[in-house]
Amino acid sequence: MKEGLRQSMAWVHTWSGLLVCWLLLLVFMGGTASYYKHEITFWMKPELHQAADAPSRVTPAESATLAVRELQQRAPKANAWFLDLPHERNPLIYASWTNPPKKGMSREERRAAFRHQNFTLDPMTGLTTAAPRDTRGGEFLYRLHFDLYYMSAIWGRWIVGIAAMCMLVAIVSGVITHKRIFKDFFTFRPRKGQRSWLDAHNATAVLALPFHLMITYTGLVTLMFMYMPSPTKVLYGAEQNTMFSEVFPNAERVKPARQAAPLADIAPMLQQAERAWGEAPTRIVVSNPNDAHARVEMHRPSGQQLSNIEPTMIFDGASGALLSQAPPPSTTLAARAAIYGLHVAHFADTLLRALFFVCGLAGTAMVATGALLWGVKERQKYAKIVASGGRVGFGVRLVDALNIGAIAGLPIAFAVYFWANRLLPVELAGRSELEANAFFIAWGAAALLAQIRPTRGMWRFQLTLGALLLAGIPILNAITTDTHLGVTLFGGAGLRPVAAFDLVVLLLGALLGWAAWWLGRKANRRAAAGKSADIAQPSTLEAA
Amino acid sequence: MTTLTWRYRGGVAARAVAAIGGGYVLTATASALVALALPLPRADAVTIATLLSFVVYTCVILWVFATASALRAWIGVLAVSAVLGGILWLTGRLS
Repeated sequence: MKEGLRQSMAWVHTWSGLLVCWLLLLVFMGGTASYYKHEITFWMKPELHQAADAPSRVTPAESATLAVRELQQRAPKANAWFLDLPHERNPLIYASWTNPPKKGMSREERRAAFRHQNFTLDPMTGLTTAAPRDTRGGEFLYRLHFDLYYMSAIWGRWIVGIAAMCMLVAIVSGVITHKRIFKDFFTFRPRKGQRSWLDAHNATAVLALPFHLMITYTGLVTLMFMYMPSPTKVLYGAEQNTMFSEVFPNAERVKPARQAAPLADIAPMLQQAERAWGEAPTRIVVSNPNDAHARVEMHRPSGQQLSNIEPTMIFDGASGALLSQAPPPSTTLAARAAIYGLHVAHFADTLLRALFFVCGLAGTAMVATGALLWGVKERQKYAKIVASGGRVGFGVRLVDALNIGAIAGLPIAFAVYFWANRLLPVELAGRSELEANAFFIAWGAAALLAQIRPTRGMWRFQLTLGALLLAGIPILNAITTDTHLGVTLFGGAGLRPVAAFDLVVLLLGALLGWAAWWLGRKANRRAAAGKSADIAQPSTLEAA
Repeated sequence: MTTLTWRYRGGVAARAVAAIGGGYVLTATASALVALALPLPRADAVTIATLLSFVVYTCVILWVFATASALRAWIGVLAVSAVLGGILWLTGRLS
């Protein structure tokens, strides 16, 4: 650390990266999957697939009217209604509601109740679809990537925030370390052991460097007022809520008048918003329905701008009159919303979303190759000891095992989550929690096995298992549902997400399979060359 | 295997504490001052100051590890935090 700037930055890069890399792998994989969380949720609710098959021909106004009619029957006294109308990424009408909180109801109980206060409508028939199975779908992966699990969300967010800060430090110090960052990107020296891993790390890191830097910084920004509260403290004192209402200009909550008033027809309001924007709103929130103080918020579909704050129009629910359009936010607030928006990428269309997904995978590969590189480098220090029959140090063994458990083990956990979704009986109580448990049981088992035997054989076993589980998902889907690839590839546009999901997991499974095959071929070659010393060596991926 | 001296280990530990803990205090103080100093509506000021804080924190952490010795790192972090904290305290008294 006392040498030049470059050496000290290399040191910081190594250690800030290594300490958090296994958690970062989870965050990167979960976050990357979250770009398609709606599609994942849809895939995980096969009961809805049939209804989505036929292309929707009803107008947004008709959809909204259908949903409101159903809500009037099921929840006329609700606090608020939430409607999601069909659009490009969503073929069905989703509706949910919140009830006035009963006294003594804990937050968990309210949340549990809310999970059952919803229905899905088929826009073709106007009828409710078959009740989907109890699953958290993509939402679980999305929450996992910043809330973690089995702990309070606050703890999870702090832990992930610290890891993200380490990542930011690792990225900046990594860039400083690189004097030839541009040249290195075009350098790949395969089959050269450590050099190849270094080149692979550089390529995946530099290729998507703007993305990595952006996603890490914007990730911190999503929760910045929690991580860095001091500016809020000096400007707002104890009134943190005032800050939130000023910085996040949401429509103000209106208290109910406790005076019944029938809700005005929703179609004209929707059409008014549609005329103003040139496109129909996709999300509608009705607060205090059937009350004199009813409010109807029309949200413009995202995709027009970077910002995560969608423009809204607010109507008086009793009279149907336009009350206000939310005023445009100040430049600073718009900038923050745009930075936030960059992270969640609601704006991204099909192609850009796919590019973000690939960049997320590159980020995963960057973290993985970086973690491997440490083991490969460190192992060289033990080369002589190992050659004379000694063993590698505790640190190297630990890192090897953690690498196997995270790099090869996490894909197994993701795959098992999807398998559990199809194999757990539909009527099982607490099903969605069991799916999540299946994820962690699989991951825990993989990590534990890796700690017991961190060998090359373990790498191959876990990579092969992950490959089979992922590539087997389309087959599993074909056996357990009617919407297999043979149907979804040729069916309506509404089934495209199901086909895409099957194809992407198949591709990812093939990638893992290739990695396992490549490792095996290497081992065979070594055996053929009679390098018995190498085979006796405990692990790893060194010297490709 | 080169064995690391305890002196070296101590230096690393001292820098780590200076970077993570000291750096956070320095950043929090600096961000609070930025928020107060910006001639903008407070919703804008608080947003800009908080947005910048992560950039400041990163730079402080890197400087702590780049500077010549752990002692210098500590002196630097403490001195800057003290000066910024002093100004912050004074503005609190004056306003």
